[in-house]
Amino acid sequence: MRADRILLAHGSGGTMMRELIDEVFVEGFHEDALKRLDDAASLAFPGSRVAMSTDTYVVHPLFFPGGDIGRLAVCGTVNDVATSGAKPLYLSVGFVLEEGFPVEDLKRILVSMRDAALEAGVHIVTGDTKVVEKGHGDGCFINTAGIGVLEDGVDLSGSYCKPGDKILLSGTLGDHGIAIVSTREGLEFETSIESDAAPLNALIANVLAAAPDTRCFRDPTRGGLSSTLNELAMASGVSMTVQETAVPVHPQVRGASEMLGYDVFQVANEGKMVAVVPAEQADAALAAMKTSPYGEDAAVIGDVAETPAGKVYVFTSFGATRIMDMLVGEQLPRIC
Amino acid sequence: MCLAIPARVVTKEDANMASVDIMGVTRKVSLDLVPEANEGDYVLVHAGFALQVVDEEFANETLDLLKTLPFFADEAGIDAALLEEAGTDPALVEEA
Amino acid sequence: MDLSAFRDPTIARGLIEAINDTAGKLGRPVKIMEVCGTHTVAIAKNGLRGVMPDNVTLLSGPGCPVCVTANEDIDIAIELARQPDVIVTTFGDMMKVPGSYSSLAKEKAEGRDVRIVYSPLDALSLAEKEPTKQVVFVGVGFETTVPLIAAAILRAKEAGIENFSVFAAHKTVPAALEALVNDPDVQIDAFILPGHVSTIIGQHPYEFLAEQYHVPGVITGFEPVDVLQGIYMLLKQLEEGRSEIEIAYHRGVMPEGNPHALAMVEQVFEPVDADWRGIGVIPGTGLGIRDEYAAFDAVKKIPVTPPPPKAIKGCQCGEVLRGITLPFQCKLFARGCTPEHPIGPCMVSSEGSCAAYYRFTDYGKTA
Repeated sequence: MRADRILLAHGSGGTMMRELIDEVFVEGFHEDALKRLDDAASLAFPGSRVAMSTDTYVVHPLFFPGGDIGRLAVCGTVNDVATSGAKPLYLSVGFVLEEGFPVEDLKRILVSMRDAALEAGVHIVTGDTKVVEKGHGDGCFINTAGIGVLEDGVDLSGSYCKPGDKILLSGTLGDHGIAIVSTREGLEFETSIESDAAPLNALIANVLAAAPDTRCFRDPTRGGLSSTLNELAMASGVSMTVQETAVPVHPQVRGASEMLGYDVFQVANEGKMVAVVPAEQADAALAAMKTSPYGEDAAVIGDVAETPAGKVYVFTSFGATRIMDMLVGEQLPRIC
Repeated sequence: MCLAIPARVVTKEDANMASVDIMGVTRKVSLDLVPEANEGDYVLVHAGFALQVVDEEFANETLDLLKTLPFFADEAGIDAALLEEAGTDPALVEEA
Repeated sequence: MDLSAFRDPTIARGLIEAINDTAGKLGRPVKIMEVCGTHTVAIAKNGLRGVMPDNVTLLSGPGCPVCVTANEDIDIAIELARQPDVIVTTFGDMMKVPGSYSSLAKEKAEGRDVRIVYSPLDALSLAEKEPTKQVVFVGVGFETTVPLIAAAILRAKEAGIENFSVFAAHKTVPAALEALVNDPDVQIDAFILPGHVSTIIGQHPYEFLAEQYHVPGVITGFEPVDVLQGIYMLLKQLEEGRSEIEIAYHRGVMPEGNPHALAMVEQVFEPVDADWRGIGVIPGTGLGIRDEYAAFDAVKKIPVTPPPPKAIKGCQCGEVLRGITLPFQCKLFARGCTPEHPIGPCMVSSEGSCAAYYRFTDYGKTA
């Protein structure tokens, strides 16, 4: 394929599209299932219950410190499937490319996706691509859908949290959101903080093995920890309290958040997991997190109580309490 | 209205600009309002400008003053369990 | 320098005890008002109302420069965004605030070129990068921010940048305090005075409060220990029958303020009348750009006529801003006026009192 930029013709189903698929996508993903170029992948499935999830990735910029849209697209969906307690197996991927998008950038993204898939132990088995006119897309949008197998007896849900349970967090908060904003025009600052985008299915499996009565897992992505805990509290009809001093935050993330007026509890994460665990299994769960990949900074950050249902609180370092409020719209930098 | 944070001046540059460090994050800010600030000083940074040099001596004075408050060393008034939760060793308070 | 001591729980706890003790000796109920939006947020975020003694009420005043910006001014900023080849740059704070008809965020969604910047210097760099466009900076804020705008204008003049201008809607604090003290509906016993505004203006401009009106004030910082120290010092004054202006925030405020910054403001701006939402026009509390710098005055460079301003029906922001009505006492609070669907600026501004109450406390919300 000689074109160095995506053209409308690459999306039209003809020979140019065939070239794009053969030489860029199939080559990039390196998957046997894709080489057959069937419209559907027929897959071996080791069990009777399926967990399925889908997500679409529109992050901007496409390439950021610590990762890119491709890594996010694989890790995000792997993590969503894994939160149900399932072992993620297969991913589908759909691309919407903007006319003029550099093929080199596409290749970089595909390599990222392949590497992330390898790390997570999943296969990208089917895909699709469309091309839209210039000005009608932000370079590249990616949708991934993932399926995984649920063992018998595994039954997790955000509505299962009970008073007395402990809330665990797998590591430092806010890294992804701060890494992204550090590249934003008009707000730039220098930091060594990188996006934490990572596949957490191994961590989840380890925690479930050590603490089989874990109520649920959830990853605090958009809206941060606050959205996640508020959603869980509402789904379970319980109250949650977080000890401010127990939450791990990298000093640079704190510094950047203070400078921009951001609330760290509302900043996005892409490689962190919240787990709600019965109190008697919390120590085992924490130990399992800490010895898992990406879980070395894990901590118990709070507990679940009965009332007031649906509310999440922060217990400050000197004993005052305030509500952990959910993000409304976008978090904007402020000077006031 | 008043979001300003302390930052350490790392290097002074041309045209009244400086590179400052905020807990490991670095950014360029203007010293137009505090041209006399030196490398190593702490300044209050608001919207890309330094407002004032933070006076370390005054900071320490304030803290020392607060620690002489009659209630600071009053163990009866302070819930040790609370302190422990907050990560402070109660033994340190008893010595104060 | 380790400034984390100003969050030290043992010192904070000690101050809370001291506050309770002094308030007990004082006996009578007192109302303390803070007039800086950043204090509004600091108090709410640290849950400080919950640890106050029963006879101490903390009121939020008109300290949110976004909240006190009149609809007309927001409408002008929006109209500027609608002009061809104009890029409107603004602090994030102003984006979602509703004017009479729209907001900068809505205008951006409609395709107008509105960009958030962290610093007026970023707006200046943008002007250099986009010579065919007019870059307008929306100047809203109190004395903490005004010197920065003055500095940006001076830099623009020196560098010969011709496509940069400022829509000057700044306000100054001290005279607004006088209006509050003179308002018969408002009853304030003491003021928590703004920390960083005072970094610039110093202690002197507040002295009239103590000398003429016998209302004590303490200039306070923003960490939990700072705010608690400020409240403690105010209660001590009230208990001892004193009325003075004291500086608690010693490390950040000199009695004379920052004379260099003040000189820059004096050079570029002159006092004009300003319309404060909820209070009305307070003479001399606005800052207009002097004729000498008219080339950087957005409304002179790009004259616009927005449609006539409209008041928001049922909105009680004005009373909330004067501390007469507590946010959850407003009829619209959480019933039609929420951060998702704000009716007035007090709910949408990142440091509006209503937003602070709604986000951080249980007041007034149905389960």
